[in-house]
Order: sequence, then C-alpha cells, then structure tokens
Amino acid sequence: MRTRITLALAVLLLLLAGCSPGGSADGPVTLRFQSLAWQPDSVAATKELVREWNATHPDVKVEYVQGSWDSVHDQLLTSFEGGEAPDVIHDASDDLADFAYGGYLADLSGLLPARLASDIPRGSWETATFGRGVYGVPFLQEPRVLIADADRLRAAKVRIPTPGHPWSWAEFRQVAKKLTGPGRYGVAWPLREPVSATLNLSLSAGGRLFHRGADGKVTVRFEAGDEVVARTIHDQVAVDRSAPASTLGSGGADTLPGLFGGRYAMVPLGFSYRQQIVRQAPEGFHWQVLPAPAGAGGLTQGVSPQTLSVSADCPHKKEAVAFIDFLLRPRNMVRLALGDWMLPTGTQALKDPALHTERHGWATGTALAARLRPAPAQSVRGYPEWKDKVATPAYQRYYSGASTLAELRHRLERDGNLVLARYQR
Amino acid sequence: MSTARAPRTRRVARAGQYTALLGYLLFLAFPLLWLLSTALKSPRELGSPHPAWIPRHPTLANVRQAFTEQPLAHAALNSLSVALATAAVTVLIATPMAYVMARHRTRAARAATGWVVVSQAFPFVLLIIPLFLVLKRLRLIDSLTGLVLVYVVWSLPFALWMLAGHARAVPAELEEAAAVDGAGRLRTLTSVTVPLLAPGIAATALFAFVTAWNEFFFALVLLKSPHRQTLPVVLTHFIGAEGVADLGPLAAAAFLATLPSLAFFALVQRRITSGLLTGAVKN
Repeated sequence: MRTRITLALAVLLLLLAGCSPGGSADGPVTLRFQSLAWQPDSVAATKELVREWNATHPDVKVEYVQGSWDSVHDQLLTSFEGGEAPDVIHDASDDLADFAYGGYLADLSGLLPARLASDIPRGSWETATFGRGVYGVPFLQEPRVLIADADRLRAAKVRIPTPGHPWSWAEFRQVAKKLTGPGRYGVAWPLREPVSATLNLSLSAGGRLFHRGADGKVTVRFEAGDEVVARTIHDQVAVDRSAPASTLGSGGADTLPGLFGGRYAMVPLGFSYRQQIVRQAPEGFHWQVLPAPAGAGGLTQGVSPQTLSVSADCPHKKEAVAFIDFLLRPRNMVRLALGDWMLPTGTQALKDPALHTERHGWATGTALAARLRPAPAQSVRGYPEWKDKVATPAYQRYYSGASTLAELRHRLERDGNLVLARYQR
Repeated sequence: MSTARAPRTRRVARAGQYTALLGYLLFLAFPLLWLLSTALKSPRELGSPHPAWIPRHPTLANVRQAFTEQPLAHAALNSLSVALATAAVTVLIATPMAYVMARHRTRAARAATGWVVVSQAFPFVLLIIPLFLVLKRLRLIDSLTGLVLVYVVWSLPFALWMLAGHARAVPAELEEAAAVDGAGRLRTLTSVTVPLLAPGIAATALFAFVTAWNEFFFALVLLKSPHRQTLPVVLTHFIGAEGVADLGPLAAAAFLATLPSLAFFALVQRRITSGLLTGAVKN
C-alpha cells in the first residue's frame, strides 16, 4: 500500500512539474499581440506579418497570441482589471466604448504617424473616437450586401442592381415578391442580431434613431427614416410572405443551405460570408453580390470596423504603435483584407487591383467603401443594455408580426430613453 | 386464463422497457453521433440543404485541417496534465477531509459542511477578478499550476460533499472491529476505510477530471501564452465574429476532445460499479 501511495505522489509531482511555466522571452522589448484572426487565410497572413516584423526589428519582438471573437470582451475585461492585458489588442470598434471610457486603452491621438492618420478616412476614425481620444485604429470593415442566386434572378428577369444604380427599398420588396413561389422565398433575413443589422441598414433611408442634443445627451426618436428598413422586413415576413419567419432568429451561416438549395433567392449577409459560400456552395451554383437597397441616404450603411488598440498599461506604446503602423501599411492591409474577405479602411489599400476584380463580388463591395459610416449606436453609453433589454425583443416581436409599428416605436422611445437616461445623469 | 396471459404481458412490458431504454440511449448519444457525422463531412456537404445522418463521402480532411491550423495535440497534452493533476490533488485533499466531516459530527464539522454548500452558490463570474488578482500576487498567472490550483478549489466543495456521503455509509463498526484486532488509526484508514471508499474516490476523481478537462473560462482568462492554452480555449479559435464557425474542423476537434473523458470514465467505471457491489452479498 505504501509503495502505491509513494508512486501516486511521485506521479503527481511529475504532473505538477510538467505544469510549471517555461523560460522568459528574449530581447529588450517584447510586445504581446492578441489577434482575433480566425479564418485560415487571415491567420496565415497575420502570422506571416508578425514574422516579417520580428525579422526586421530585432529590438522589438512581437509575440502572437490567438484570441477568440467568441469571448474577447470578458477575457479583455478580466485581463485589464488584473493588469495583464496584451499590449496590442485586436477587437471591433463597437466593443471599445467601455474599455475606452474605463481608461483601459491608450489614447493614440498623439502617437499615430502622419501616414497612417491621413490614410484612413475621418469617418472610420470616428468609429474609434470616444470623447476626445482615439482608442483604436480601424483597419478592416464589411458592408452588408445581398448574396443572390444568379440563376433565379436571371429567370425572373429582374433588373440587376449595381452600386451605381441600386434597388430602392420599395423595388427590393417588389423583386422579392416576384422571386417568391410555392416553397420558395425571395429573401431570407437572418436576424439573430436584429438591432445592429436594422440600425446599420437604416442609415440608407436617413434613419438615425439616436439624437444627440446640445447638452451632449442622447435620446431615441424613431422617425420616418427609421421606419423604412424595419417596415420592409416586417412586410416581407408578415404581409407579402416573401421572407420566411423561420430565419429571423438564425445566424447568417444557417441560411446558406437554403440559398444553395433554392429555398431563398437572396440573403442579406456581411461581405466576408463570401468565403464560406466559396467553400460550401455546390458545384453549378451561381451566385452574385448585390449592393443592399438604397433610400434617401443612398447606399450609406453603418459599420463597426475591426480595430487595433494599445493597452493603457503597455510600457512601450511608441513601439506598439510602430508595429500597428507596420501591420497597416497599404500592401499589408490588403493582405489582411484578402485573408478575411473584408475591405480595408485605408484609402491607399482600397486602390489595390486585387480588390477591384469582379470575381467573388470584390468590385461591388469595394464600390461601397466610400459609403460606410460609423454604426449609429456605438458611441452611445448604455447602448448594450438598451439593445439587450429593449430593442432586441421589440424588433423581434415586430418582425415576427406580433406587434405593430406604433408599439415598436413606443417601446424603443419610452423604454429605451429610460435606460439611456440612467447612463447620462 | 389469467396465468396464460401473465407471461405475454411480461414480454410486452419487457419489450416496452427495452424500447424506452434504446430511445433514451439514442437520445444521449445523439450529440456525439451528430458531431462525428459533421466531422466526417466535406464543406460542400455541410452546406447541403438536405443534411444526411451518414456522410455521403466521408473524409478525414476536417481532422487534418484541425490539426494543421491549431496546436490541438499540444493543447490536449496541457488539458490532460491539468485534468489528471486536478483529479489527483482533489482526491488527496478531499478524502481525509470528507472522512473527518463524516465521522466527527462536531459543531465545527457542521459549520464546515454548511460553508461548503454555501460556497457553491457563488457564480464564478463573481470570483474571477479577485481570483485573478490573488494568482497574480502568487505569480501563478499564465501557469498550468495556477490553473490546477483554481480547479482544485473549484472542485473541492462538491467533491467533499460527495465523498462525505460515501464516508458516512461506511459502517463505523468495521473500524471498531479493526481497532479491536489491534490496528492503529492509520492502518484502519488505509486498510479498511479507504478500500470501502473506493467507489466514492473514483467518482470524485472522475468529477474533478471532467470538470478540469471541460473548463473554459478560467483557462481563457488565466493562461496567456499560446503554448499553455488548454483544449477548450483552442477550440474557440475555430469560431469567428458573429458566431460564424468553421464547422467541419470544429466538429472534428470537439469530437476528439470528448474521447479522453470517455476513456477516463471507462477506466474508472469498473471501480465504481465493483465498489458499489462490495459487501452487498453475504458469502
């Protein structure tokens, strides 16, 4: 028995010894870069860029750390609180507000090189500007587009929209009706996140929803421009029956089998979904990328670009910004964009011929880049609570036909303003 | 007439019982079977509008892709070290503690039992930041030892509660008989009590192992270096923005991740069942 216990203790000690941390990193400066790249191409492109940096900058070593979109907010929050956050942080602009106002991120406004500052348009910088500081460098973004079954559009003899001559929302509704038949729908709306999709698309119809007063306080007003997109979706589902109610709670990827199988003729999706379509579409399936419909605001859409930020605790901010500048040189930005099937924010990168090819709809997406604006809600304090507690259930009820437009307005304005008021005292 | 009917009624009842059991087993196995089916499908088949139970063209490409893209083998080794260490330490600490709690029904023991039960009520999101700060002070952030420490603390309350129940079921008369035969306290514990506690110890080890093997959030927050990440953390690297997942490789990796738990369970379940039957029948 004693031998057995001794053996068990020895095994345990060995296991614990195997668990102890390894050696420390070399070099005078080491930066930890947490990347959220996840598609094989974008992981490869990002790692390759890190290797190139390390090969040419022996004094500043960058360590690649793989993060996950699925859990980045909680993980960063804990790391910030514990003073163990990565130095260079990959995230999205709509996740930055709490970290920026909480003092966890470095204000980059005085650190950014002139080349980078002038290369990215002001509209994109606004997505990462909170108060007077700039807390991230926006570098990749994606418009919402219509992915369509090209054969069905051709068979229905509908006009094919282009960025120069898009469908209006009314025309889109008519086309969807025309494409609808027994067991087939003109469009499927995957709206697991109905609020951001609706708000971002509503910019095309002049919707703003959030109105900032002279005192800086934000109030919700659901006006005529905010009604257009919401009413179109509602009417397609509940009146025309040109869109199924069953996809309203789905994610974009869930609708792809239906698109491939001919059940849906069009699906509004993020531009980067093209990668999945290329991988999964059956042979002989012809698809094309169409711009989202336009309204009084033209093709304008709200976006929340991916960003690169520097932790406020990072002792080497200058080096961290130099690394970001390297990653976002025009050629490198193109490599990252191609890897993620998204659009770069940089004006120089956007000129790259690889982004203007008709193949896989790149040209259509790139033509929309100039119309992308900051998502309406991302600088509004209290937005996450407003979205989760008020807006999401209100939009879901309206889209499924369980409530009226007046009830939607009432909930968004009355209940919504009560929530926002708590954050603006 | 009634006697002629009885066997037929029994046969029908037995058939119904087996049908219900089969249905229940299929229900339990469904997630695992679906995971396996998904892991063996090509991207095209995964996007098919007519999903099939059995892959039409089975492929191991997802397994290859999963291992090429992510350090799964290394992460699995990390998970295995952490889970085995957690199981071992939990059993080593919980066994004597549970014995004391079961045998010495003092006010302090009752208070300890109460505290153990109450501690289960704390949600872990409440603990994570203080825990992070404590481990940072101990220089155990980004260390698998630190993670083992957290898992042991996390598993102990339930392990203690479970083992104390087993310890109470061991008749004190057996220990008294050993004492009468001249065995000391340590000898009594090692030769009489612990063997009778074996099923409980095996169940506790299994519980601690599975808890540590599957745990995600502590590992995500506490481990920084890529080469120390455990399997559940690495699995999330197959998931992108808005919940879009690289389904094939994710399913392949997730299926492989379930195998060690099943193997460990198969290993200890004999001990659990054989222990349960020990002494049940008088020879």
